[in-house]
This record gives sequence, C-alpha cells and structure tokens, in this order.
Amino acid sequence: MIYSDIAIAAFGIAVMADLFLFKNSMLTRAAFWSSYAIIFPFQLLTNWWLTSRNIVMYSPDAIIGIRICSAPIEDLLFGFALVLSVMGMWEFWGRQGVQRN
Amino acid sequence: MLLFTLCGSGWLEIVLKTGVLRRFKRLALSILPISMFFLIWDGYAIAQNHWFFDRSQILGIYGPFSIPLEEYLFFFVVPLAAILTLEGTTTVKPHWRKGEFGE
Repeated sequence: MIYSDIAIAAFGIAVMADLFLFKNSMLTRAAFWSSYAIIFPFQLLTNWWLTSRNIVMYSPDAIIGIRICSAPIEDLLFGFALVLSVMGMWEFWGRQGVQRN
Repeated sequence: MLLFTLCGSGWLEIVLKTGVLRRFKRLALSILPISMFFLIWDGYAIAQNHWFFDRSQILGIYGPFSIPLEEYLFFFVVPLAAILTLEGTTTVKPHWRKGEFGE
C-alpha cells in the first residue's frame, strides 16, 4: 500500500466511525465545521512550510502527484482524519462523563 | 512548525479559559489511542520510504521504529491544537454545545 491508499482508508474509516460508530456525529455539527474552517488554512500553511523547505519529502511512487500548497493532496485527507478522530474521541469521553468541564 | 501550532492554539487556553490542559485525563484518553494508529502508519511509511526527512533540518533524535522525535511531538501537538480549536469555538458560541453530550 502506498501513501494514497492509506490516506484514503484513514479518511474513510474516520468518517464512517464518526457517522455510524459514535452516537453524536461531529460531521453533522456546526462546532466541528467551524473549527475545521479555522484549522484548514493553518493546515495548508504548515503543510506548505514542511514540504516547500523539503523538511519532509515524499517518494514519487507513494503519492498520486497532485499537490496543493506544495504538499501532496493526500496530506489533506490525513489531516482531516486526524482532526476528526481526535475531536470525536474528545466528545466521546465527554459523553462518558470524563472531565466534562 | 510545532511551536507555531502550539502558540497559534495555546492562547485559546489562556484567553478563553477553555480548560483543556486542566482536563488531562480526557486529553490523554482522546489523543493517545488515535496517535498510536497514526504513529504505526508513520513507522510503516518511513520503513517503506513513502516519506523521509531532511536530516539537517531535524534534531536527529529518534524514538522507537526509527521515527524522529519531531513526529512523536507532532502527534501530540496537532491533536491538542484541534481540541483547543473545538473548545475555543464552543466557548465563543455556547449554543453550538447543544446536544454535545447527546441529551
């Protein structure tokens, strides 16, 4: 499996888990989308920093080759999956009554 | 980049009093299981040479599975920033909390 496969899988698993596994979906809430709207430009900025300066480099064989702000498009799927799943967990533990406030 | 992310979201904790860092247990329970999966992926991708790092631009300290220290920090700092952003927006817009805990 290359980066593209795993990124798509991670994105799919995160979305499916959010919609069907967790009781209260993040994807249907304004709180999530407004947070993601804030995060997104910073994500592009940090992706650009890390890739344009060649701090991290990708094997051409591991990616589709489409780049946004110098970073492989896969990075956006990866970032979305990470942000969604962590927020989902945070809300899950809140529902379980763990340190709500 | 890590410091930028930390500062860019850290002020929310101080100014908006989101109280995320205080809720350490919930924070750890949220970040660790997810980061573990992503770090396994990271280790696999590094082993398969899907991506690699410029040795002159990293500290050169490696953790388990030849993953650079910066990557371990990344998978703590970025999830923390995400949670701070979420708590920041719901602090400013309290009505978005409605139904948060399913009641």
